[in-house]
Amino acid sequence: MLIRCPWCGERDLSEFYYGGDATLKRPAEDADLKAWHDYVYLRDNPKGPHKELWQHSAGCREFLVVTRDTLTHAISDVRPVKGI
Amino acid sequence: MSRYSVASLLRHSLRGHRGWARAWRDPEPKKHYDVVIIGGGGHGLASAYYLARLHGIRNVAVVEKGWLGGGNTGRNTTIVRSNYLIEPNAHFYEHSLKLWEGLSQELNYNVMFSQRGVLNLAHSDAQMDAAARRGNAMRLNGIDAELLTAEDVERMVPHLDFSGHARFPIHGGLLQPRGGTARHDAVAWGFARAASALGVDLIQNCEVTGIRRQANRVLGVETERGFIGCGRLGMAVAGNSGHVAAMAGLRLPIESHVLQAFVTEGLKPLIDTVVTYGAGHFYISQSDKGGLVLGGDIDGYNSYAQKGNMPLIEHCLAAGMQVFPCLSRLRILRHWGGVMDMSMDGSPIIGKTPLDNFYINGGWCYGGFKATPGSGWVFAHTIAHDRPHALNAAFTLDRFERGLAIDERGGGPTPNVH
Repeated sequence: MLIRCPWCGERDLSEFYYGGDATLKRPAEDADLKAWHDYVYLRDNPKGPHKELWQHSAGCREFLVVTRDTLTHAISDVRPVKGI
Repeated sequence: MSRYSVASLLRHSLRGHRGWARAWRDPEPKKHYDVVIIGGGGHGLASAYYLARLHGIRNVAVVEKGWLGGGNTGRNTTIVRSNYLIEPNAHFYEHSLKLWEGLSQELNYNVMFSQRGVLNLAHSDAQMDAAARRGNAMRLNGIDAELLTAEDVERMVPHLDFSGHARFPIHGGLLQPRGGTARHDAVAWGFARAASALGVDLIQNCEVTGIRRQANRVLGVETERGFIGCGRLGMAVAGNSGHVAAMAGLRLPIESHVLQAFVTEGLKPLIDTVVTYGAGHFYISQSDKGGLVLGGDIDGYNSYAQKGNMPLIEHCLAAGMQVFPCLSRLRILRHWGGVMDMSMDGSPIIGKTPLDNFYINGGWCYGGFKATPGSGWVFAHTIAHDRPHALNAAFTLDRFERGLAIDERGGGPTPNVH
Protein backbone atom coordinates (compact mmCIF):
# COMPACT_ATOMS: atom_id res chain seq x y z
CA MET A 1 0.00 0.00 0.00
CA LEU A 2 1.34 3.42 -1.01
CA ILE A 3 0.12 6.71 0.44
CA ARG A 4 0.59 9.92 -1.54
CA CYS A 5 1.80 12.44 1.05
CA PRO A 6 0.92 15.98 -0.11
CA TRP A 7 4.47 17.10 0.72
CA CYS A 8 6.66 14.04 0.07
CA GLY A 9 4.86 12.26 -2.75
CA GLU A 10 3.96 8.59 -2.96
CA ARG A 11 5.59 6.69 -0.08
CA ASP A 12 5.47 3.18 1.28
CA LEU A 13 3.08 2.21 4.05
CA SER A 14 6.00 1.43 6.36
CA GLU A 15 6.79 5.18 6.62
CA PHE A 16 3.40 5.92 8.16
CA TYR A 17 1.84 5.54 11.60
CA TYR A 18 -1.87 4.78 11.80
CA GLY A 19 -4.07 7.04 13.92
CA GLY A 20 -7.50 5.52 13.42
CA ASP A 21 -10.93 6.96 12.63
CA ALA A 22 -10.63 10.65 11.67
CA THR A 23 -14.32 11.42 12.03
CA LEU A 24 -14.47 11.14 15.82
CA LYS A 25 -15.27 14.46 17.46
CA ARG A 26 -13.84 15.10 20.91
CA PRO A 27 -16.68 16.01 23.30
CA ALA A 28 -16.68 19.19 25.36
CA GLU A 29 -14.77 18.90 28.64
CA ASP A 30 -18.01 18.98 30.63
CA ALA A 31 -19.86 16.52 28.38
CA ASP A 32 -21.57 13.62 30.15
CA LEU A 33 -20.02 10.19 30.64
CA LYS A 34 -21.99 8.66 27.78
CA ALA A 35 -20.59 11.15 25.28
CA TRP A 36 -17.07 10.39 26.47
CA HIS A 37 -17.69 6.63 26.38
CA ASP A 38 -18.99 6.84 22.83
CA TYR A 39 -16.00 8.94 21.76
CA VAL A 40 -13.36 6.73 23.39
CA TYR A 41 -14.82 3.28 22.71
CA LEU A 42 -17.40 3.17 19.91
CA ARG A 43 -16.55 3.10 16.21
CA ASP A 44 -18.57 3.10 12.98
CA ASN A 45 -15.99 0.62 11.63
CA PRO A 46 -17.36 0.86 8.06
CA LYS A 47 -16.89 -1.77 5.38
CA GLY A 48 -16.04 0.62 2.55
CA PRO A 49 -14.74 4.20 2.47
CA HIS A 50 -13.14 5.19 5.80
CA LYS A 51 -11.70 8.57 6.77
CA GLU A 52 -8.66 7.90 8.90
CA LEU A 53 -5.62 9.60 10.38
CA TRP A 54 -2.11 8.69 9.28
CA GLN A 55 1.10 10.37 10.35
CA HIS A 56 4.03 10.43 7.94
CA SER A 57 6.22 9.54 10.89
CA ALA A 58 9.29 8.51 8.90
CA GLY A 59 8.98 11.50 6.58
CA CYS A 60 7.68 15.02 7.09
CA ARG A 61 5.88 13.98 10.32
CA GLU A 62 2.66 15.73 9.22
CA PHE A 63 -0.72 14.22 10.12
CA LEU A 64 -2.91 13.37 7.14
CA VAL A 65 -6.58 12.53 6.66
CA VAL A 66 -6.73 9.62 4.23
CA THR A 67 -9.93 8.31 2.68
CA ARG A 68 -9.36 4.62 2.08
CA ASP A 69 -11.71 1.77 1.21
CA THR A 70 -11.40 -0.84 3.97
CA LEU A 71 -12.57 -3.58 1.60
CA THR A 72 -10.04 -2.92 -1.19
CA HIS A 73 -7.39 -0.68 0.47
CA ALA A 74 -7.80 1.75 -2.47
CA ILE A 75 -7.05 5.32 -1.41
CA SER A 76 -9.30 7.98 -2.94
CA ASP A 77 -8.17 11.10 -1.09
CA VAL A 78 -5.28 12.37 1.03
CA ARG A 79 -5.22 15.80 2.59
CA PRO A 80 -3.43 17.51 5.45
CA VAL A 81 -5.22 17.41 8.77
CA LYS A 82 -4.69 21.13 9.23
CA GLY A 83 -7.78 23.09 8.33
CA ILE A 84 -10.15 20.11 8.60
CA MET B 1 -26.39 -39.56 11.23
CA SER B 2 -24.38 -42.75 10.94
CA ARG B 3 -21.59 -42.87 13.49
CA TYR B 4 -18.01 -42.84 12.32
CA SER B 5 -16.02 -45.76 13.72
CA VAL B 6 -13.36 -48.27 12.80
CA ALA B 7 -16.16 -50.67 11.84
CA SER B 8 -17.81 -48.13 9.52
CA LEU B 9 -14.43 -47.32 7.97
CA LEU B 10 -13.77 -51.02 7.27
CA ARG B 11 -17.28 -51.53 5.91
CA HIS B 12 -16.98 -48.57 3.53
CA SER B 13 -13.46 -49.50 2.47
CA LEU B 14 -14.76 -52.87 1.30
CA ARG B 15 -17.23 -50.98 -0.92
CA GLY B 16 -14.56 -48.68 -2.30
CA HIS B 17 -15.64 -45.69 -0.17
CA ARG B 18 -18.54 -44.99 -2.54
CA GLY B 19 -21.27 -45.25 0.09
CA TRP B 20 -20.49 -42.44 2.51
CA ALA B 21 -23.50 -40.24 3.22
CA ARG B 22 -23.09 -36.46 3.24
CA ALA B 23 -22.08 -35.17 6.64
CA TRP B 24 -24.89 -32.65 7.07
CA ARG B 25 -28.22 -31.82 5.45
CA ASP B 26 -28.65 -28.92 3.00
CA PRO B 27 -32.19 -27.73 3.82
CA GLU B 28 -34.29 -24.93 2.40
CA PRO B 29 -34.73 -22.21 5.04
CA LYS B 30 -38.00 -22.34 6.96
CA LYS B 31 -40.09 -19.20 7.47
CA HIS B 32 -39.40 -19.03 11.19
CA TYR B 33 -37.03 -20.50 13.77
CA ASP B 34 -36.86 -20.27 17.54
CA VAL B 35 -33.24 -19.16 17.19
CA VAL B 36 -31.27 -17.92 14.19
CA ILE B 37 -27.50 -17.66 14.41
CA ILE B 38 -25.78 -15.41 11.86
CA GLY B 39 -22.41 -16.88 10.92
CA GLY B 40 -21.54 -20.48 10.07
CA GLY B 41 -18.01 -20.53 11.39
CA GLY B 42 -16.80 -22.51 14.35
CA HIS B 43 -18.42 -20.21 16.91
CA GLY B 44 -21.84 -20.09 15.24
CA LEU B 45 -21.91 -23.83 14.61
CA ALA B 46 -20.78 -24.60 18.16
CA SER B 47 -23.48 -22.26 19.50
CA ALA B 48 -26.16 -24.05 17.47
CA TYR B 49 -24.83 -27.45 18.53
CA TYR B 50 -24.89 -26.64 22.25
CA LEU B 51 -28.34 -25.01 21.95
CA ALA B 52 -29.67 -28.31 20.58
CA ARG B 53 -27.54 -30.61 22.70
CA LEU B 54 -27.67 -28.97 26.14
CA HIS B 55 -30.69 -26.67 26.08
CA GLY B 56 -33.22 -28.65 24.02
CA ILE B 57 -33.66 -25.84 21.47
CA ARG B 58 -33.56 -27.65 18.13
CA ASN B 59 -35.62 -25.36 15.90
CA VAL B 60 -32.43 -23.47 15.05
CA ALA B 61 -30.88 -22.18 11.83
CA VAL B 62 -27.30 -21.11 11.18
CA VAL B 63 -27.22 -18.61 8.29
CA GLU B 64 -23.88 -18.35 6.49
CA LYS B 65 -22.97 -16.01 3.61
CA GLY B 66 -20.37 -18.37 2.13
CA TRP B 67 -19.47 -21.92 3.05
CA LEU B 68 -19.16 -23.34 6.55
CA GLY B 69 -15.87 -22.47 8.24
CA GLY B 70 -14.78 -20.29 5.31
CA GLY B 71 -14.04 -17.20 7.40
CA ASN B 72 -11.63 -16.99 10.28
CA THR B 73 -12.15 -20.66 11.20
CA GLY B 74 -10.18 -21.40 8.05
CA ARG B 75 -7.76 -18.49 8.43
CA ASN B 76 -5.98 -18.94 11.74
CA THR B 77 -2.85 -20.66 13.05
CA THR B 78 -4.87 -23.31 14.96
CA ILE B 79 -3.32 -22.66 18.38
CA VAL B 80 -5.27 -23.71 21.49
CA ARG B 81 -4.24 -22.52 24.97
CA SER B 82 -5.59 -21.03 28.20
CA ASN B 83 -2.48 -19.27 29.57
CA TYR B 84 -4.23 -16.09 30.69
CA LEU B 85 -3.49 -13.85 33.64
CA ILE B 86 -6.79 -12.10 34.33
CA GLU B 87 -9.54 -14.08 36.07
CA PRO B 88 -12.44 -13.94 33.60
CA ASN B 89 -10.12 -14.85 30.72
CA ALA B 90 -8.44 -17.66 32.67
CA HIS B 91 -11.72 -19.35 33.64
CA PHE B 92 -13.35 -18.94 30.26
CA TYR B 93 -10.42 -20.17 28.15
CA GLU B 94 -9.72 -23.03 30.56
CA HIS B 95 -13.33 -24.17 30.22
CA SER B 96 -12.87 -24.03 26.46
CA LEU B 97 -9.64 -26.04 26.68
CA LYS B 98 -11.42 -28.71 28.73
CA LEU B 99 -14.11 -28.92 26.05
CA TRP B 100 -11.35 -29.33 23.42
CA GLU B 101 -9.97 -32.26 25.40
CA GLY B 102 -13.17 -34.25 24.90
CA LEU B 103 -14.35 -32.74 21.64
CA SER B 104 -13.49 -35.54 19.18
CA GLN B 105 -15.48 -38.03 21.32
CA GLU B 106 -18.32 -35.55 21.94
CA LEU B 107 -18.77 -34.84 18.23
CA ASN B 108 -17.78 -38.29 16.90
CA TYR B 109 -15.45 -36.37 14.61
CA ASN B 110 -11.67 -36.24 14.82
CA VAL B 111 -10.74 -32.61 15.40
CA MET B 112 -7.08 -33.70 15.66
CA PHE B 113 -6.54 -31.85 18.92
CA SER B 114 -2.86 -32.30 19.67
CA GLN B 115 -1.71 -31.24 23.15
CA ARG B 116 1.87 -30.59 22.12
CA GLY B 117 2.32 -27.71 24.56
CA VAL B 118 2.50 -23.94 24.10
CA LEU B 119 5.84 -22.40 25.04
CA ASN B 120 6.14 -18.62 25.58
CA LEU B 121 9.79 -17.56 25.48
CA ALA B 122 11.21 -14.97 27.90
CA HIS B 123 14.23 -12.85 26.97
CA SER B 124 15.09 -10.84 30.09
CA ASP B 125 14.93 -11.07 33.88
CA ALA B 126 11.85 -8.85 33.80
CA GLN B 127 10.14 -11.17 31.33
CA MET B 128 11.02 -14.17 33.51
CA ASP B 129 9.39 -12.40 36.46
CA ALA B 130 6.31 -11.70 34.34
CA ALA B 131 6.24 -15.35 33.20
CA ALA B 132 6.49 -16.55 36.81
CA ARG B 133 3.68 -14.22 37.81
CA ARG B 134 1.43 -15.38 34.99
CA GLY B 135 2.32 -19.03 35.62
CA ASN B 136 1.47 -18.66 39.31
CA ALA B 137 -1.82 -16.95 38.47
CA MET B 138 -2.65 -19.80 36.08
CA ARG B 139 -1.85 -22.47 38.66
CA LEU B 140 -3.97 -20.66 41.28
CA ASN B 141 -6.80 -20.87 38.75
CA GLY B 142 -6.25 -24.60 38.27
CA ILE B 143 -4.48 -24.28 34.91
CA ASP B 144 -1.25 -26.13 34.14
CA ALA B 145 1.89 -24.01 33.81
CA GLU B 146 5.59 -24.73 34.10
CA LEU B 147 8.38 -22.18 34.34
CA LEU B 148 11.33 -23.35 32.27
CA THR B 149 14.99 -22.36 32.51
CA ALA B 150 17.06 -21.60 29.41
CA GLU B 151 18.51 -25.13 29.65
CA ASP B 152 15.01 -26.64 29.79
CA VAL B 153 14.02 -24.65 26.71
CA GLU B 154 17.15 -25.67 24.81
CA ARG B 155 16.51 -29.35 25.53
CA MET B 156 12.93 -28.98 24.39
CA VAL B 157 13.46 -26.87 21.24
CA PRO B 158 17.14 -27.18 20.25
CA HIS B 159 16.77 -25.22 16.99
CA LEU B 160 16.10 -21.95 18.77
CA ASP B 161 18.94 -19.42 18.69
CA PHE B 162 21.20 -20.50 21.56
CA SER B 163 24.34 -19.39 19.67
CA GLY B 164 25.21 -16.76 22.27
CA HIS B 165 24.94 -14.07 19.59
CA ALA B 166 21.16 -13.56 19.71
CA ARG B 167 20.07 -9.94 20.03
CA PHE B 168 17.52 -11.07 22.62
CA PRO B 169 18.96 -14.19 24.27
CA ILE B 170 16.53 -16.73 25.68
CA HIS B 171 16.36 -16.63 29.48
CA GLY B 172 13.68 -19.30 29.82
CA GLY B 173 10.01 -19.66 29.16
CA LEU B 174 6.52 -20.44 30.38
CA LEU B 175 5.09 -23.74 29.14
CA GLN B 176 1.46 -24.78 29.14
CA PRO B 177 1.76 -28.53 28.45
CA ARG B 178 -1.99 -29.00 27.81
CA GLY B 179 -2.02 -26.35 25.08
CA GLY B 180 -1.48 -27.30 21.46
CA THR B 181 -3.09 -27.22 18.04
CA ALA B 182 -6.18 -28.61 16.34
CA ARG B 183 -7.41 -29.15 12.81
CA HIS B 184 -9.29 -25.94 12.00
CA ASP B 185 -11.66 -27.26 9.31
CA ALA B 186 -12.49 -30.36 11.33
CA VAL B 187 -13.81 -28.24 14.19
CA ALA B 188 -16.31 -26.52 11.90
CA TRP B 189 -17.24 -29.74 10.12
CA GLY B 190 -17.55 -31.70 13.36
CA PHE B 191 -19.88 -29.13 14.95
CA ALA B 192 -21.83 -28.80 11.68
CA ARG B 193 -22.39 -32.54 11.35
CA ALA B 194 -23.36 -32.99 15.00
CA ALA B 195 -25.67 -29.93 14.97
CA SER B 196 -27.34 -31.01 11.75
CA ALA B 197 -27.98 -34.46 13.22
CA LEU B 198 -29.78 -32.80 16.16
CA GLY B 199 -32.08 -30.92 13.75
CA VAL B 200 -30.25 -27.64 13.24
CA ASP B 201 -30.67 -26.22 9.72
CA LEU B 202 -27.39 -25.05 8.18
CA ILE B 203 -28.18 -22.50 5.45
CA GLN B 204 -25.10 -21.80 3.33
CA ASN B 205 -24.57 -19.22 0.57
CA CYS B 206 -27.20 -17.03 2.20
CA GLU B 207 -25.90 -13.62 3.21
CA VAL B 208 -27.80 -11.63 5.78
CA THR B 209 -28.55 -8.24 4.22
CA GLY B 210 -30.64 -6.68 6.96
CA ILE B 211 -32.14 -7.15 10.40
CA ARG B 212 -35.87 -6.45 10.73
CA ARG B 213 -36.81 -4.75 14.00
CA GLN B 214 -39.99 -3.73 15.75
CA ALA B 215 -39.36 -1.29 18.59
CA ASN B 216 -36.76 -2.97 20.79
CA ARG B 217 -37.20 -6.47 19.37
CA VAL B 218 -35.70 -8.26 16.42
CA LEU B 219 -38.25 -10.00 14.18
CA GLY B 220 -35.83 -11.79 11.89
CA VAL B 221 -33.23 -11.38 9.20
CA GLU B 222 -33.46 -10.31 5.56
CA THR B 223 -31.31 -12.65 3.50
CA GLU B 224 -30.42 -13.37 -0.11
CA ARG B 225 -33.00 -16.16 0.11
CA GLY B 226 -35.79 -14.09 1.64
CA PHE B 227 -36.91 -13.15 5.12
CA ILE B 228 -36.29 -15.61 7.96
CA GLY B 229 -38.16 -14.90 11.17
CA CYS B 230 -36.81 -15.81 14.58
CA GLY B 231 -37.66 -15.72 18.26
CA ARG B 232 -34.08 -14.92 19.19
CA LEU B 233 -31.16 -13.81 17.07
CA GLY B 234 -27.48 -14.38 17.76
CA MET B 235 -24.55 -13.12 15.74
CA ALA B 236 -21.20 -14.91 15.61
CA VAL B 237 -19.52 -13.15 12.71
CA ALA B 238 -16.24 -11.97 14.21
CA GLY B 239 -14.39 -9.83 11.70
CA ASN B 240 -17.70 -8.48 10.43
CA SER B 241 -19.37 -7.73 13.79
CA GLY B 242 -19.38 -3.97 13.20
CA HIS B 243 -20.95 -4.44 9.78
CA VAL B 244 -23.71 -6.79 10.98
CA ALA B 245 -24.42 -4.92 14.22
CA ALA B 246 -24.92 -1.76 12.17
CA MET B 247 -27.87 -3.54 10.48
CA ALA B 248 -29.48 -3.60 13.91
CA GLY B 249 -28.56 0.04 14.52
CA LEU B 250 -25.76 -0.69 17.00
CA ARG B 251 -22.25 0.79 17.16
CA LEU B 252 -19.67 -1.48 18.76
CA PRO B 253 -16.41 -0.99 20.68
CA ILE B 254 -14.70 -2.85 17.83
CA GLU B 255 -12.48 -2.11 14.84
CA SER B 256 -11.90 -4.65 12.05
CA HIS B 257 -8.25 -5.30 11.27
CA VAL B 258 -6.38 -7.70 8.99
CA LEU B 259 -4.10 -10.39 10.40
CA GLN B 260 -1.77 -12.29 8.08
CA ALA B 261 -0.51 -15.84 8.54
CA PHE B 262 1.88 -18.06 6.64
CA VAL B 263 2.70 -21.68 5.85
CA THR B 264 6.13 -22.73 4.62
CA GLU B 265 6.98 -25.62 2.34
CA GLY B 266 6.83 -28.97 4.10
CA LEU B 267 9.84 -30.32 5.91
CA LYS B 268 10.76 -33.13 8.26
CA PRO B 269 9.82 -32.84 11.95
CA LEU B 270 11.49 -29.71 13.34
CA ILE B 271 9.22 -28.18 16.01
CA ASP B 272 7.03 -30.52 18.07
CA THR B 273 5.38 -27.81 20.18
CA VAL B 274 4.03 -24.28 19.74
CA VAL B 275 6.65 -21.57 20.31
CA THR B 276 5.97 -17.88 20.79
CA TYR B 277 8.72 -15.27 20.69
CA GLY B 278 8.78 -12.88 23.63
CA ALA B 279 10.93 -10.09 22.17
CA GLY B 280 8.75 -9.67 19.10
CA HIS B 281 5.29 -10.87 18.22
CA PHE B 282 5.72 -14.20 16.47
CA TYR B 283 4.27 -17.69 16.95
CA ILE B 284 5.02 -20.93 15.14
CA SER B 285 4.09 -24.60 15.06
CA GLN B 286 4.46 -27.42 12.56
CA SER B 287 1.44 -28.97 10.89
CA ASP B 288 0.99 -32.70 10.47
CA LYS B 289 1.83 -32.25 6.78
CA GLY B 290 5.19 -30.74 7.73
CA GLY B 291 4.64 -27.09 6.86
CA LEU B 292 5.52 -24.52 9.48
CA VAL B 293 2.46 -22.47 10.39
CA LEU B 294 3.39 -18.99 11.61
CA GLY B 295 2.13 -15.51 12.23
CA GLY B 296 2.65 -12.30 14.14
CA ASP B 297 1.07 -8.87 14.51
CA ILE B 298 -1.96 -7.47 12.74
CA ASP B 299 -1.20 -4.95 9.98
CA GLY B 300 -2.57 -2.20 12.21
CA TYR B 301 -5.12 -0.31 10.08
CA ASN B 302 -8.86 -0.87 9.62
CA SER B 303 -9.51 -3.52 7.02
CA TYR B 304 -12.15 -5.97 5.83
CA ALA B 305 -9.96 -7.03 2.90
CA GLN B 306 -8.72 -10.52 3.93
CA LYS B 307 -5.36 -9.48 2.49
CA GLY B 308 -2.50 -7.52 4.01
CA ASN B 309 0.58 -5.62 2.96
CA MET B 310 4.30 -6.28 2.58
CA PRO B 311 5.79 -4.36 5.56
CA LEU B 312 4.05 -6.67 8.03
CA ILE B 313 5.26 -9.76 6.15
CA GLU B 314 8.84 -8.55 6.44
CA HIS B 315 8.34 -7.63 10.11
CA CYS B 316 6.82 -11.01 10.99
CA LEU B 317 9.41 -13.10 9.16
CA ALA B 318 12.25 -11.01 10.60
CA ALA B 319 10.97 -11.82 14.09
CA GLY B 320 10.84 -15.49 13.12
CA MET B 321 14.43 -15.36 11.89
CA GLN B 322 15.56 -13.84 15.18
CA VAL B 323 14.27 -16.77 17.15
CA PHE B 324 14.77 -19.59 14.60
CA PRO B 325 17.75 -18.65 12.37
CA CYS B 326 17.51 -22.09 10.74
CA LEU B 327 14.35 -20.97 8.89
CA SER B 328 16.27 -18.53 6.70
CA ARG B 329 16.19 -20.53 3.47
CA LEU B 330 12.66 -21.88 3.79
CA ARG B 331 10.15 -20.73 1.21
CA ILE B 332 6.69 -19.51 2.06
CA LEU B 333 4.18 -21.75 0.34
CA ARG B 334 0.95 -19.97 1.20
CA HIS B 335 -0.09 -16.84 3.01
CA TRP B 336 -3.42 -15.24 3.72
CA GLY B 337 -5.23 -12.57 5.70
CA GLY B 338 -8.18 -12.83 8.03
CA VAL B 339 -10.37 -10.03 9.35
CA MET B 340 -10.23 -9.63 13.13
CA ASP B 341 -12.74 -8.00 15.43
CA MET B 342 -10.28 -5.95 17.49
CA SER B 343 -12.08 -4.98 20.67
CA MET B 344 -11.17 -2.00 22.84
CA ASP B 345 -9.60 -4.08 25.61
CA GLY B 346 -8.39 -7.14 23.70
CA SER B 347 -11.09 -9.37 25.22
CA PRO B 348 -14.19 -10.80 23.54
CA ILE B 349 -17.79 -9.63 23.84
CA ILE B 350 -20.31 -12.42 24.48
CA GLY B 351 -23.68 -11.49 25.83
CA LYS B 352 -26.80 -9.41 25.55
CA THR B 353 -27.24 -6.22 23.52
CA PRO B 354 -29.53 -3.23 24.09
CA LEU B 355 -32.12 -5.08 21.94
CA ASP B 356 -34.31 -7.56 23.84
CA ASN B 357 -33.75 -10.71 21.82
CA PHE B 358 -30.47 -10.02 20.00
CA TYR B 359 -27.21 -11.48 21.31
CA ILE B 360 -23.64 -10.76 20.32
CA ASN B 361 -20.62 -13.04 20.14
CA GLY B 362 -17.59 -11.19 18.77
CA GLY B 363 -14.57 -9.06 19.53
CA TRP B 364 -12.29 -12.09 19.45
CA CYS B 365 -9.22 -10.10 18.39
CA TYR B 366 -6.86 -12.81 17.21
CA GLY B 367 -7.71 -15.35 19.88
CA GLY B 368 -10.97 -16.76 18.63
CA PHE B 369 -10.00 -20.18 17.35
CA LYS B 370 -9.04 -21.64 20.72
CA ALA B 371 -12.29 -20.33 22.16
CA THR B 372 -14.51 -22.11 19.60
CA PRO B 373 -16.13 -24.76 21.84
CA GLY B 374 -16.20 -22.56 24.95
CA SER B 375 -17.63 -19.65 22.98
CA GLY B 376 -20.46 -21.77 21.60
CA TRP B 377 -21.08 -23.29 25.03
CA VAL B 378 -21.54 -19.97 26.85
CA PHE B 379 -23.32 -18.29 23.91
CA ALA B 380 -25.88 -21.11 23.76
CA HIS B 381 -26.45 -20.71 27.50
CA THR B 382 -26.81 -16.94 27.13
CA ILE B 383 -29.37 -17.25 24.32
CA ALA B 384 -31.31 -20.10 25.95
CA HIS B 385 -31.61 -18.42 29.37
CA ASP B 386 -31.55 -14.77 28.24
CA ARG B 387 -28.69 -14.15 30.66
CA PRO B 388 -24.98 -14.93 30.56
CA HIS B 389 -23.37 -17.93 32.22
CA ALA B 390 -20.94 -17.15 35.05
CA LEU B 391 -18.10 -17.89 32.61
CA ASN B 392 -19.06 -15.06 30.24
CA ALA B 393 -20.73 -12.70 32.71
CA ALA B 394 -17.73 -10.36 32.57
CA PHE B 395 -17.59 -10.18 28.76
CA THR B 396 -20.50 -7.76 28.43
CA LEU B 397 -20.97 -5.17 25.72
CA ASP B 398 -21.45 -2.42 28.31
CA ARG B 399 -18.33 -3.16 30.39
CA PHE B 400 -16.50 -0.16 28.93
CA GLU B 401 -19.02 2.39 30.18
CA ARG B 402 -18.99 0.67 33.58
CA GLY B 403 -15.20 0.86 33.85
CA LEU B 404 -14.83 -2.92 33.82
CA ALA B 405 -12.58 -3.46 30.80
CA ILE B 406 -10.69 -6.79 30.73
CA ASP B 407 -7.36 -5.58 29.44
CA GLU B 408 -4.90 -8.49 29.54
CA ARG B 409 -2.23 -6.45 27.79
CA GLY B 410 -2.85 -3.16 29.59
CA GLY B 411 -2.98 -1.39 26.24
CA GLY B 412 -6.02 0.84 26.68
CA PRO B 413 -8.64 1.56 24.02
CA THR B 414 -6.24 1.16 21.09
CA PRO B 415 -7.51 -1.79 19.04
CA ASN B 416 -4.54 -1.85 16.68
CA VAL B 417 -2.07 -2.71 19.46
CA HIS B 418 -3.92 -5.47 21.33
